[in-house]
Order: sequence, then C-alpha cells, then structure tokens
Amino acid sequence: MGVAPVEVEQPTTGQDAALDAPWVTVVWNDPVNLMNYVTYVFQKVFGYPKAKAEKLMLDVHHKGRAVVSAGTREAMERDAETLHGYGLWATVSHES
Amino acid sequence: MSWEDEWFSGENEEDLEVAASFRPVTGGAAAYFEEAQAGVIRFLVSQVAELVSADSTAADAGFDSGDLEAQLGLSSHVTLPDDPVLARLLPDGYSDDPEASAEFRRYTEESLRSAKVAAAQTVLSSLPPGGGQVRLSEPECQQWLKSLNDVRLALSVRLGITDENEDMSERLSAEDPRAAYVWVYQWLAYLQESLVEALS
Repeated sequence: MGVAPVEVEQPTTGQDAALDAPWVTVVWNDPVNLMNYVTYVFQKVFGYPKAKAEKLMLDVHHKGRAVVSAGTREAMERDAETLHGYGLWATVSHES
Repeated sequence: MSWEDEWFSGENEEDLEVAASFRPVTGGAAAYFEEAQAGVIRFLVSQVAELVSADSTAADAGFDSGDLEAQLGLSSHVTLPDDPVLARLLPDGYSDDPEASAEFRRYTEESLRSAKVAAAQTVLSSLPPGGGQVRLSEPECQQWLKSLNDVRLALSVRLGITDENEDMSERLSAEDPRAAYVWVYQWLAYLQESLVEALS
C-alpha cells in the first residue's frame, strides 16, 4: 500500500478561530425561561461544563444578553436554530 | 390559543393542588399525574402544536401540491409571524438584519415547526389522558422540556408576562378568564424545573 502525502491541518487556536470567523450567537434575556433550564440547555447544546454554562446564564439574566458561541456564520446559524428549538431567544451577529 | 375554551374553570383548581413533579429514575425521569393535571398539560400542548402547524408552508401546500418549496422543506415565510405567540416560538435569527433574518427563516422555520410539533407529540403519546404514572427515557425528557417550555412561552405572551418578578395574580381580576392560567403557568414552571433537576 502506497503512502500518499498527507496535508496536515494545523489546529487553530481559539483566538485564531475567532479572528477568522467573527460571528457569534447571542442569547437574550426573557422573563420566561427558567435559570436552571437555560444552564441545562447551554451544557446540552454546547457541551460546556456546568460552571461555564451557569456563568453564561447569569450574564444573560443580569446583562440582558450573552455571547454563547463563536465561529463561522453557518455554525452560528445552526446554534441559533438549535437554541430556538429549546425556546431560547437567540440571534446571530457579526462581532464588532 | 383560545381563552373561550372552558377546559379549566377555577373549580378544578383543587384537583391541581398537589403539584406533580419529576424525580430521577434510571435512564430518565418519572412523575405521577392526576387526571386533571394530565388534562391541562394535554390541552395546552395540543393548542401549541395546532398553532405551530396551522399556517406552516407544508400545511399551506396541502398533500398533493407540487409546491417545490414545501417539498424541499423551505418556508415561504420571510417575516416574523403576526401572532405574538408564534413570533415568540419562531423568532428572528438576526436582531438587526431583516434580509438575513428572512433567509434564515426560509431555511429553518419549517424544521423548527416540525421539531416543536414532534416534541408536543411525544408529550401527548407518553401522558395518558386519564393521568397516572409517567416514566420517560432521556430523549423523551428532552422533548418534554422543549414542549413544556413552548407552552410556558405561549402562556407568557397571552398573559402579558414581561417581568419575572411581577405577581400576575394581583394584576388580573378574578373575572379575567386568564386568571386561572396564572396558576397553571406557575405550576408548569415548577414541573419543568423538577424535570431539569431530575436530569442534572
């Protein structure tokens, strides 16, 4: 079996990825969604550890909104759609 | 959702007094529901499912229509629904870009509607009309969470809840047909919270 030359894809660091793809998913506060539910959804959807999910939930609660994920526009639209499925009020925007 | 439906007169409130809540069991969660409790949940979940599926592109197109958009699962809707409940259940994908929102809606609204109907159907098929013991698998719990949340979102719009700390029962007079729903709204929050806890 011949060995074809392989292009090794260098993993990008979080910072580089953010520079390449300045799109974010924002979750907005609303008076309905329960705090423990929002935390649970962030853990479930993004695989965040509980502490991070809780911090994001509190940011949404106290600051009115929080950036919950960053990446390509397509990925952010998928995140927003998933969050809409859970009844969270999420939008996609270009980070400035 | 119609408030004229006399599914819930204040007289039945005592049947709901023992608030059902979920507890963790192996592989999921379980709860016991009285008949009245099951009736309330089934009624509200059905109402939301009906609302969400009523004016979908798929429903507009009908079964035999060759409507290409419907066949591709694309929505013909590009703006926020007029009904405030639907607008909350199917929100815009962009807060400041109507064009991008329209495109987002075109590609996501139909599947979002279907997902919400599927969640409602899971609740309806796992909760017997007469009540009783309900045991849910983990995926069923997910569907229940989504469906209960949709019902609470719908109720919040109809009840005009804008401040989570406001005591709604003080704002609505006893004659207001919505007054009975305030209690239901709070009970469903308790039930949903217990389901999250059971899964955590």
